[in-house]
Amino acid sequence: MDTLSDIKKPENLVYGKPALLTDNIMHYCPGCSHGTVHKLIAEVIEDMGIQDKTIGISPVGCSVFAYNYIDIDWQEAAHGRAPALATATKRLCPDKYVFTYQGDGDLASIGTAEIIHACSRGENIVVIFINNGIYGMTGGQMAPTTLIGMKTSTTPYGRDPKLNGFPLKITEMLAALDGTAYITRQAVHTAAAARKAKNAIRKGFEYSAKGIGLSFIEIVSTCNSGWKMSPTDANRWMVENMFAKYPLGDIKDVLK
Amino acid sequence: MTEKILMKGNEAIAISAIRNGVDGYFGYPITPQSEVMETLMKEKPWETTGMVVLQAESELSSINMVYGGACCGKKVMTSSSSPGISLMSEGISYLAGAELPCVIVDVMRGGPGLGTIQPSQSDYSQCVKGGGHGDYHCIVIAPASPQDMYDFVDWGFELAFKYRNPVIILADGIIGQLMEKVELHPSKPRRTDAEILAAAPWATVGKPAGKERNIITSLSLDAGTQEAFNRKLLAKFREIEANEVKYAGYLTEDAEYLLVAFGCASRICEAAVDMLREEGIMAGLLRPITLYPFPEKEISRLASRVRSMMSIELNLGQMVEDVRLAVNGKCPVGFYGRQGGNVFTPEEIMEEFKKFNNLK
Amino acid sequence: MKEEIIIAGFGGQGVLSMGKILAYSAIMQDLEVTWMPSYGPEMRGGTANVCVIVSDRKISSPIITRYDTAIILNQQSLDKFEGSIKAGGLLVYDPSGITRVPERKDITVCSIDAIDVAAEIGNAKVYNMAVLGAYLKMRPALKMENVVRGLEKSIPSRYADMIQKNREAIEKGMERVKILSEIR
Repeated sequence: MDTLSDIKKPENLVYGKPALLTDNIMHYCPGCSHGTVHKLIAEVIEDMGIQDKTIGISPVGCSVFAYNYIDIDWQEAAHGRAPALATATKRLCPDKYVFTYQGDGDLASIGTAEIIHACSRGENIVVIFINNGIYGMTGGQMAPTTLIGMKTSTTPYGRDPKLNGFPLKITEMLAALDGTAYITRQAVHTAAAARKAKNAIRKGFEYSAKGIGLSFIEIVSTCNSGWKMSPTDANRWMVENMFAKYPLGDIKDVLK
Repeated sequence: MTEKILMKGNEAIAISAIRNGVDGYFGYPITPQSEVMETLMKEKPWETTGMVVLQAESELSSINMVYGGACCGKKVMTSSSSPGISLMSEGISYLAGAELPCVIVDVMRGGPGLGTIQPSQSDYSQCVKGGGHGDYHCIVIAPASPQDMYDFVDWGFELAFKYRNPVIILADGIIGQLMEKVELHPSKPRRTDAEILAAAPWATVGKPAGKERNIITSLSLDAGTQEAFNRKLLAKFREIEANEVKYAGYLTEDAEYLLVAFGCASRICEAAVDMLREEGIMAGLLRPITLYPFPEKEISRLASRVRSMMSIELNLGQMVEDVRLAVNGKCPVGFYGRQGGNVFTPEEIMEEFKKFNNLK
Repeated sequence: MKEEIIIAGFGGQGVLSMGKILAYSAIMQDLEVTWMPSYGPEMRGGTANVCVIVSDRKISSPIITRYDTAIILNQQSLDKFEGSIKAGGLLVYDPSGITRVPERKDITVCSIDAIDVAAEIGNAKVYNMAVLGAYLKMRPALKMENVVRGLEKSIPSRYADMIQKNREAIEKGMERVKILSEIR
């Protein structure tokens, strides 16, 4: 009883790494939300059986290397331009599932024109938007979504709206556009939250096949390295501060 | 029998794209080339060949749509004019860095800045020498007529896919706006999915479970990997330089003096050569058709036989630098140019030619 | 044979389309042509002009500064182009917008009251074809059958009735052209 070989019997399996996650060691910091979101996307693609029909577009930012971790075809875009690549890919290959994976600097700063117009045109793609309120890859600079008072390497005394402007709630902005079908804001800091986020991602992929417009899934995330906190403190800080500005839940669903 | 249609150079680009099986066009309006997208929209090719035509929100977006489409192994293209090409330069560098085939049309106007909307050739250096960041070349081909505009779309895609490299059709406001008789050669269908996979096994169109995934990226991070890639590009460029040079000589074989000009300027120079010959002056003309690769061997060969060369351009003197490099001191090299959207006449070129060569 | 023509007037007078129909007619006669408009801000309401070259040989420069024929529809264009007509060349103009008559003595000058022709036909749009008719009468290099084929190529088939009206205007223009001074 309870030998290693018993435990490894298939009937005793309770949890496994999704087959679509590669064996590459992730470069993300311990505690970072990216790994969880990657896993959810891999699970959705696997559950839906659409590996051979899915094309991912990775951004510039920490998740530039997303293509190393999910076993599908990938395009790596210039900073902010992923929605333009996705637009052409989906229009030229209309029977495929096309999604972009973008951070807050990529999507809500340098790529605002591309995301707004992809949404406005109602491209039948899925956008996964990771909002952790900071630039991770370049070393913790202010993002458009950085909260008031939040310290970053370019707001060392805290974000001051007079100096640095206000946090951008781009998700609400995009919900106002006629071309968006499903807009939601989720998180992955608890198992329950991750389950809800996974359902939202799946819904996005399902909607994109219906040809009813763009699905946009924001994941409010942590960057414990950039925030200079432990993973657990970062989660707590996110719940108390980020969720106050960026409340979770569905914002728009044209089929409801 | 091929059909002969009177059309503008810009219209010829659009009609050729439809008839040569182009999969997608992504563009943004800018004078003097807006007729390209207008013609495509009027022709509605999505109802006939299935070609995708989309007006993007900016040139930045249109070149990145081209990037996305090219990642799928599709024949995709865009067109713009000088300020728009500046905006596209980021994307062109990425396309070159990811070794993606595409065709970009630049119908040049006067610059820098917003400049004028009249014809110019002042993007020569931008397009031939790079424009975007990093070590790369676009293959640059220079049409001199609406017929060339029609023919160069297909030729451009042939080169783009042969070398997995962006190709620029470097035209100007005259060639874009000029109407001439264009022969429409028999049309080519769009490639099927199977043909695309055969021609572009690297395309990102969804991977079956057993197959390696395709990743299109221009990112290395590791200096060694990047250098190896740069060397690979260099080998490709050397191959292009060895195989693809194209030029047209006009009365070069008995010429004592040579004019060098590309695009619309070469046609104006041809008229000037005729006028000079009527006066008994043995002038000839070399028209580089590929600007990269540049016909340096032919220029070098002619340089050892002629008394002088003169580069005639609608700019402040850009191609003349390449002419000087190719001549390498073998004969004097002069330059005459007009700027700002002004266009020289054959008489004006003749006069400047005589001045440079101390002829009466 | 090579004929270099400038057509100039106000935007809206049909300058560009007259040039296009002339060019298409020449193609129908297996000739080489170029049609080069002045484009730019002046397209919107100001003066418009187009240079058409017709030749039985390959045409090199589409940019020229001296013309065999000038077809002139307003005073500004007359001022601009009268001096650019080659000696022995042809000037065709519509006198309705002209306050200073042409002065050149070394060219053939003729006029066409094209507004009257358009009024008789009852369609202002055929004005430019009456002018074209006057030109074709003076330079009969193009056969009428090729001009009609040029019209058919230039006018969308849904405006088939316009082909007939345009042809009528061309024929009336040919009849009404007035030779004011002639160089032989």
